[in-house]
Amino acid sequence: MEQIELTYPAKKKVSQRAHVGVVGSGDLEVLLEPAEGEMATVLIRTSVDGFRDTWKAVLDRFFTKYNGAACIQINDAGATPGNVILRLEQAVEASEQ
Amino acid sequence: MSNQSSEIQFINRQSFIELGARERAIALLDAGTARELVGPFDRVESPWLQMQSVTPQADDGCVVMKGKIGGKAAVVIALEGAFQGGSMGEVSGEKMTAALDLACADNENGIETSAVILLETGGVRLQEANLGLAAIAEIMASILALRKHAPVICLTAGTVGCFGGMALAAGLASYVVMTREARLGMNGPEVIEQENGVDEFDSSDRALIWAIHGGEQRYATDLADALVDDDTEQIADAIRRFVAKGVPPVHRSSRVELYRNRVEALDTSRQWDPKELRTLWTANGSEGEQR
Repeated sequence: MEQIELTYPAKKKVSQRAHVGVVGSGDLEVLLEPAEGEMATVLIRTSVDGFRDTWKAVLDRFFTKYNGAACIQINDAGATPGNVILRLEQAVEASEQ
Repeated sequence: MSNQSSEIQFINRQSFIELGARERAIALLDAGTARELVGPFDRVESPWLQMQSVTPQADDGCVVMKGKIGGKAAVVIALEGAFQGGSMGEVSGEKMTAALDLACADNENGIETSAVILLETGGVRLQEANLGLAAIAEIMASILALRKHAPVICLTAGTVGCFGGMALAAGLASYVVMTREARLGMNGPEVIEQENGVDEFDSSDRALIWAIHGGEQRYATDLADALVDDDTEQIADAIRRFVAKGVPPVHRSSRVELYRNRVEALDTSRQWDPKELRTLWTANGSEGEQR
C-alpha cells in the first residue's frame, strides 16, 4: 500500500464533480472534484508498491492536456498506465457533461 | 414469436450483468427518481483495509439509492461484486442495515417503502472478520423487521453470485430473483472442495456447479421466485411486479415444515442428481401453495 501526492498548476474551473471506475483487480476508482485556486492536486492510493515514478510519468502526461483546477483522488487496485489514463479521461468527460 | 423478432430482441437487449452496482441500482428505479445516499464523495470507507494493504473504495462497495419503483417509494441497495468480491465489511454492512431500518421507519410512519437488495457477494469480508459477521446478523434482523411491512426483494444477477452469510439473508427475502448466470448457495464450491475433498464437490466442474447452485436449478426447485434473462428491462419488470405484489402471505423462510419434510424424505444412501431433485421437489409453481 503506497500513498502518492502530486500537484500541478491548473487554470480551468471544474464545473461539477465526477466519480468513475471501481477498485477491482486491474482497475481503479477516480473521484474528481472542483478545487479552489489555480492548482490541481492528485492523491493516489495504490495496493502495488514501488511505482511512484510511473505514476508521476502518467500524471505528468495527463496534465499536459488537462488544465482543470481539480482535486483528484485515485484508489487503485493495480491498473496499468493505459487504464489509468482512460479512467482519468472518463472522469474529465463526466465532469464536463 | 418469430425467429426474427426474437433475434432483434436479443440484439437490442441491454445486459444487466455488465452494469456496475451504481448503474444497476439506477436501472431498477423509475426514471429520474434515483437519489444516492452516502455516496462515494461522502467518503465513508472501510478503516480496516488500508492497515492490511488493501486499497479501500470510497463507497465501500455498497451503493444505496432511494427512489420509486412503479410509482411507490423504494430503496435499492447494490453490492459491487468487482470490489473485494462484493464482500460485507463493517461499513458496507452498516450502510445496508441503516437503509433497511430507514425503510422500516418509513413504513411505520405510513409511507410504504420496499427494498431491493442486489447481491453479488461471497459473504463476510475476511479482512474485517467478526465485524462482517456482526453486520450480516444485523442485516438479517433488519430484513425480518422490514418484510412485515413491505416486500424485500433479493436479486442475484451474476457473475459473482451470492454465497456465505448473505445467502442466508437472501433466504429471508420476500422474493428471490435470479438469472441463469447467477449462483446462490451457502458454501461456495471452492470452500466445499477444500473442506470435503474433490470427490465431494469438484470446484473446477462448472457444469456441475451451475447444475446445483445456478439460477435455473434454484428456480426449478422453488428456491427462487423468478428466473430472468440478462436483460435490464426484463429484470426491472420482474422487480416492479414483485414490488406491486406486496408482502407474500407466507415467507419462504417460514415454511419450515415443507423444507424439513423435503430433506427428510431424501434417501441419502444414494447420490441424487440435480435433475431428479427438480421432479422430487416439484418444479416452481406446481407446489400448489400460493406465495
